[in-house]
Amino acid sequence: MSDFRVYAAKKVITMDPNRPVATHIAVRDGRILGVGQLSDLEPWGDYELDDRFADKVIMPGLIEGHSHTMEGTLWTKTYCGYFDRMDPHGKTWTGMKTLDAVLDRLREAEAELEDPNAPITGWQLDPIYMDNMKVSRHDLDKVSTTRPIGILHASGHIMNVNSKALEMAGLLKTGNNHPGVPLGEDGLPTGELKGPDVMTPVGPHVGLNRSLTDADEQGIRDFAKLCVRTGVTTATDLAARLTDEGVDMMVRVTSEKDFPACIMPFRFFLGLTPKELIENVKGLKERSTDRLRLGQIKIVADGSIQGFSARLRWPGYHNGAPNGLWYVSPEQMSEIYHLALEAGILVHTHTNGDQATQLAIEKLGAALQAHPSRDHRFTLQHCQLADAAQFRKMAKLGMCVNLFANHHFYWGDEHYRLTVGPDRAERMNACRTALDSGVPMAIHSDAPITPLGPLFTAWCAVNRITASGRVQGHNERIAVDEALYAITLGAAYTLHLDGEVGSIEVGKRADFAILEDDPTEVGGDKLKDIEVWGTVQGGRVFPAADL
Amino acid sequence: MLPVTTIGGYLGSGKTTLVNHLLRNNGGLRLAILVNEFGELPIDEDLIESQDEDVISIAGGCICCSYGNDMMAALGDLAEMAAPPDHVLIEASGVAIPSAILAAVGLLDGFRGDGIVVVADAETVQKLAKDDYVGDTIERQLIDADLVILNKIDLVTDEAKAVTENWLSSSAPSASVVPAERGQVPIGLVLGAVQEGREYLAETNHEGSPFESFVLKPHGDLSAEKLAEQLAIGGYGVVRAKGFVTEKDGMRKLIHVVGQRWQASPTEDENEPAVVCIGLKQQLKRAEIESFASKI
Repeated sequence: MSDFRVYAAKKVITMDPNRPVATHIAVRDGRILGVGQLSDLEPWGDYELDDRFADKVIMPGLIEGHSHTMEGTLWTKTYCGYFDRMDPHGKTWTGMKTLDAVLDRLREAEAELEDPNAPITGWQLDPIYMDNMKVSRHDLDKVSTTRPIGILHASGHIMNVNSKALEMAGLLKTGNNHPGVPLGEDGLPTGELKGPDVMTPVGPHVGLNRSLTDADEQGIRDFAKLCVRTGVTTATDLAARLTDEGVDMMVRVTSEKDFPACIMPFRFFLGLTPKELIENVKGLKERSTDRLRLGQIKIVADGSIQGFSARLRWPGYHNGAPNGLWYVSPEQMSEIYHLALEAGILVHTHTNGDQATQLAIEKLGAALQAHPSRDHRFTLQHCQLADAAQFRKMAKLGMCVNLFANHHFYWGDEHYRLTVGPDRAERMNACRTALDSGVPMAIHSDAPITPLGPLFTAWCAVNRITASGRVQGHNERIAVDEALYAITLGAAYTLHLDGEVGSIEVGKRADFAILEDDPTEVGGDKLKDIEVWGTVQGGRVFPAADL
Repeated sequence: MLPVTTIGGYLGSGKTTLVNHLLRNNGGLRLAILVNEFGELPIDEDLIESQDEDVISIAGGCICCSYGNDMMAALGDLAEMAAPPDHVLIEASGVAIPSAILAAVGLLDGFRGDGIVVVADAETVQKLAKDDYVGDTIERQLIDADLVILNKIDLVTDEAKAVTENWLSSSAPSASVVPAERGQVPIGLVLGAVQEGREYLAETNHEGSPFESFVLKPHGDLSAEKLAEQLAIGGYGVVRAKGFVTEKDGMRKLIHVVGQRWQASPTEDENEPAVVCIGLKQQLKRAEIESFASKI
């Protein structure tokens, strides 16, 4: 009787420099028993040879260090994006290049609704690619005047609604006086709603309720399907409110026999004092399971660069917009850092603008003086505008970074001509500088802001091509092997998981991405085109075709 | 219409102290305090009747609710209570811009933005306004304030106080500046919601109070808008005014003034025409107010 299984592959890319490539992996109890040639593994005893991957390339399961499980939930709404995008069921939705195409898509969605009062909810609209066209309520009224319609923009910070939705929210009146509610010539709102304050009163009427950031049960299952389709075996949910009921649900769903990924939620810092936050997260840590790793904190320091809400240092925004907003006070950030270092709790901090990055560096530097911690791995998420001096400082302080490589593709052109100008746009998401400075680095999608898919993210970091096809910032490109490291061990390191996953080595969890091509051979320009067969997670095999 | 006041100001300026003072001296009003999160001492312990995860019940029928990151939903919940409060105070976080919060409140049906109160620490506010990280946030908090409570005035010299007041006249151009120790200001000044003029008078016109107030008895055929506007921007030292007037056509209107913000709205109430005006002693120009009010 065999007591372990040996997978034969065309090639195994291990990310272990001692044995960088192999042909066989032995798996027992969901863990890697050995890796090498078949003869290396035979001494372990009786085995069952499994050659279903004989013509595949096996990599360590890919790790997404910055995603949100709400992507799964959004796929129950109508996709209105500009780019082609694959849903959890494997269907690729064609990107819509015109407003008429978006309206047609919404009409199709309407035709499927049986309840005459049900809302139509769209997501991922991005007028930036349509000459920054303004969508009005009148446009959406062409789809329906009797049911509410709302479309969330790709940024997540703007929403377009129709007249019915405004009426239901009590906003279809004159006299609205708010910068986030532009008015038409008739004095009535145009239906564009900018910022969470003005979106929340309307959201529930158009199917976007207040807890959208917390994926629901089906949403998490669907998110995990996207993981399988993109080779991901570990993904963060960055960040979640993690209510008691929410955690109960996540524990239950991720423990289901066929749940195919490990999810690592970070507790959003707002809503509790720093002391309560630490206590809360300590409690959460106790509830961790193999496939739900709890006990980390996410701080959001500032807003977004394209939304002009990120905090920039001098000279600020290229178009003269005033500096952005702080979402945390320096004192609160500092207190959380102190307490978390003391308690040994991992904190990741969202900083988009370079002033927000500077604040985080200063506050963590001071907190580390008080609580020396050799292996804290506090990570700056996005950190898009950091300069070389900031990366050097981060390296000295033992900080990690997770750069938003995908952002450079989707919005790089916008940063170049509008938000920060050519010079800073070229240094944004500076992967080369981060690595040369010795900062442990991951790269990410921020799904659903951009699609989940680490091989695409790696392509972005290797090529730095923007949506218009320009290479922006040649000097910050990285090599294919560095990008592959970033989406495996690099990301694992920022999560304190590099001892468990991220490479194919004895003792680690049997998490694999099963690929149709060899990412080290196809060339950097083709990384995004590599087909994913599926994954192996904890020794369980998940073919994408069977989802 | 449920009146809403936002209370902003940087960390340590004394927002929580002010809120507790108002709860202690609530003039019979049932206040609802909305805070981002329950800090260590959001409400003085002796005022608390009971507490659960998101709501603290306070003596006198007042409550304090934490809203996490969804203030608009919390306001909606307050309006739907069986017995809604008389006045809502939103205690903004230290880096929030209170005018942005009040603008958002204005989008909700059933709420009336009553005013933007910013608490400033007399010792530190000017230094903070020069801080690399939060200086522009402090400026943005002040620029739209209707009322600046210059707190901890007991900790600075008269000279330093004068310098700060002078600085505030340009940093908070539309605000009345009210000096205070430990947040001790009359509730009638902070909230325009006291129903009867008496409370204003009792609270402000006592010996030792830095404030004074009087009741303006407007004649029967003036423009409520014009009166309110003049009280707000006419330079008469009015920090806060509230009351009823009857216009020429018999239309009754309720007016609110705080700093340079004013509102006049039709009302069904049958009160005697009377407007309570409050200001700082020596600054409130009663005779001039009565004179102009008799002419418009």
